[in-house]
Amino acid sequence: MDFRDSPAEAAFRARLKAWLAENAGKFPTSGDEYWHKQGEWHQALYQAGFFGLSWPKRFGGQELPPVYDVILDEELAIAGAPARPSLGYLAIGLGHHGSAELQQRFLPGMINGSERWCQGFSEPGAGSDLASLTTRAELDGDEYVIHGHKIWTSYSDIADWCLVLARTDSDVPRHKGISGFIVDMHQPGVEQRPLKMINGVSAEFGQVVFDGARVPAANMVGKPGEGWKLAMTVVSHEREPSTLGFSARYGKLVRQLAKKAAADGAAVPDDLRWAAVQAEMLRLHVRRRLSEQLDGLVHGPDGSLDKLLMTWVEQSVGHAALAVTGTRDPEMLHAYLYSRAQSVMGGTSQIQKNIIAGRILGLPAS
Amino acid sequence: MDVRLTTEQRELRDAAARLADDLGPGSVLDLADDDRAARLEKAIAATGWRTLRSDGASGVEVALVVEEFARGLIDVPFVGPVLADELYTRLTEAGGPTEGSTDGVSADGVAAAASGGATVAVDGVAIDAKGLRGLLGLDGTRVLAGTVGATVEGVDLTRLTGEPAGPLTAVGTLDEETALRFRALALVVTTADMLGAARGALTLGAEYAKVRQQYGHAIGSYQAIAHLLAEARALVEGAVSVLRHAAWAVDELAAAEAVQAALVAKAYTERAARTICETSIQVHGGIGNTWECLAHVFLRRVLTSAELFPATLEEIDLGLS
Ligand SMILES: Cc1cc2nc3c(=O)[nH]c(=O)nc-3n(C[C@H](O)[C@H](O)[C@H](O)COP(=O)(O)OP(=O)(O)OC[C@H]3O[C@@H](n4cnc5c(N)ncnc54)[C@H](O)[C@@H]3O)c2cc1C
Repeated sequence: MDFRDSPAEAAFRARLKAWLAENAGKFPTSGDEYWHKQGEWHQALYQAGFFGLSWPKRFGGQELPPVYDVILDEELAIAGAPARPSLGYLAIGLGHHGSAELQQRFLPGMINGSERWCQGFSEPGAGSDLASLTTRAELDGDEYVIHGHKIWTSYSDIADWCLVLARTDSDVPRHKGISGFIVDMHQPGVEQRPLKMINGVSAEFGQVVFDGARVPAANMVGKPGEGWKLAMTVVSHEREPSTLGFSARYGKLVRQLAKKAAADGAAVPDDLRWAAVQAEMLRLHVRRRLSEQLDGLVHGPDGSLDKLLMTWVEQSVGHAALAVTGTRDPEMLHAYLYSRAQSVMGGTSQIQKNIIAGRILGLPAS
Repeated sequence: MDVRLTTEQRELRDAAARLADDLGPGSVLDLADDDRAARLEKAIAATGWRTLRSDGASGVEVALVVEEFARGLIDVPFVGPVLADELYTRLTEAGGPTEGSTDGVSADGVAAAASGGATVAVDGVAIDAKGLRGLLGLDGTRVLAGTVGATVEGVDLTRLTGEPAGPLTAVGTLDEETALRFRALALVVTTADMLGAARGALTLGAEYAKVRQQYGHAIGSYQAIAHLLAEARALVEGAVSVLRHAAWAVDELAAAEAVQAALVAKAYTERAARTICETSIQVHGGIGNTWECLAHVFLRRVLTSAELFPATLEEIDLGLS
């Protein structure tokens, strides 16, 4: 057991540090500006050899162990650089369920950042209860035609492609009639309706209305009716802090808050010290989880434990921000307000607890 | 970076778990079963695990055994002897005990420590002292020795505390670094003890939630109960992660960093473990508030290990330096 970098990891870290120093300040780290430049940031990281590290070489990755992503996230946070673009989980869904042709067509662009993606799962009537979704896809020749309304779709306005869940069969039990599609966002049948978050950011997520959008049947991920399996793979990976690449960000916020408290000459509130403990916990937790992946472990319900821990950490950092700077500091207020979404996105905390109770603790269903 | 347990470490953990499951108290009534406790004592003595440190084992291995023993509410000394073994080993490495420093009593204590029959003194109290004669302590960098006097039952129903038979006397000095490292180990083993007890309390609560029926259904089917237990389960994972790092750090990082890692682990685990035990009590309803339910035995062990070598939030480094 060793928490330290191996020589190869240390060399990678040193190269990364140098690159980050050269590129300091070039990319915005928060707000709408972050989202506008996120694509450039993704491609810059990729071209410098720091993105898609654990992916197969044939898709443009480097086949490195997953712990390299930890190093990347830590160094991004230390350097005050923007976070790692968090598309890992869509790629994992495609990697598990897509045909060889779809993988070869789409994974390289996803990984190198030349094509932007969004995830069209949630609908106004289907949030936690995702299987109740009503977006329809109907076969017309060798294309499917899509009608439906997606909501909370992160980065939809800048996306080239959307991984859409739609019902292809209404005569079977609801989980079995759903299929997954890779839909071109640049076409007439796609309407974007932006949404503004409580922190004022409007580039984070939006609504997407599909009204006769067309998708080649060959862009179906898996077979008809296999959309639910795809969805479960995506959301279970979406729940892992290691995939999201957010974990190191919390330590950075804690250090920023500590500096602000010191500059004010005020006593350090206990909320901030507790947030520091929590952030350190998550940093170490991610290391443990990524190490476990060396055993080839696939994280099913365990992702819900990670998601819950990450949510508690983000929200305790949010409370620390309020304790130190109140509502005076726009950036910190932004961080606090954003933290409220963490217990909703990617499946709410209540849903994570349902999963832990049923699938990990083995408690009976209600 | 690879923070998985090694195969040997997993085997050690499993062996400790089996021993705890076989011979630990399965009920509050079992705590009074002297025959069982004697069999347990014999079995643990036979493993030689109380001298893991002087046998060269890492903090990780010690923490794994402590955690499993606490999960099984092992009610014979372990944490105390392990820390005494550590102190004795460091003392001899430092050339101690200092010649002529040992009067009759402290010589007795040192001799007992040499043969694995000692525990440690914390704030003038001999902890985990059942059946032990030797007593070692650390005051700053000075190692103190004496013997255990009368033992008493305390808050923790699984461990006895003792009074020193007389004042402890200095028998040698450790360097700063070694003294800090001792503190890191002490924080780590008490953290492992809390985590193990919390895991035991969680299992107790989750199993009860599967069998207790109200309104015609198992109470675990009600979200209010299920979510409390789910939160407890997540807290266990977080505590495992901080403890793993702190236990590794005892031997691998500079002593001051090892202490920081241990403080983080202990501060996190203390809150987590207390919450988990409280959840277990709540899930049990009225029974959870009776002496006969093991939930409070776990809680008492957690509270006790939290107070031994305490970690305060004020000591946590905020990364400004
Ligand atoms: C910032 C952000 C980004 C997002 N990005 C995307 C995206 O890119 N793509 C996408 O498809 N979706 C996305 N989502 C949507 C997200 O997955 C949903 O918001 C979430 O699953 C909850 O669905 P809902 O909003 O309909 O709330 P509801 O399901 O209506 O829930 C409302 C409340 O009821 C509770 N509740 C519901 N069912 C239960 C139950 N069975 N037991 C106990 N409590 C229950 C919930 O916990 C919640 O507190 C995003 C959301 C946010 C906030």
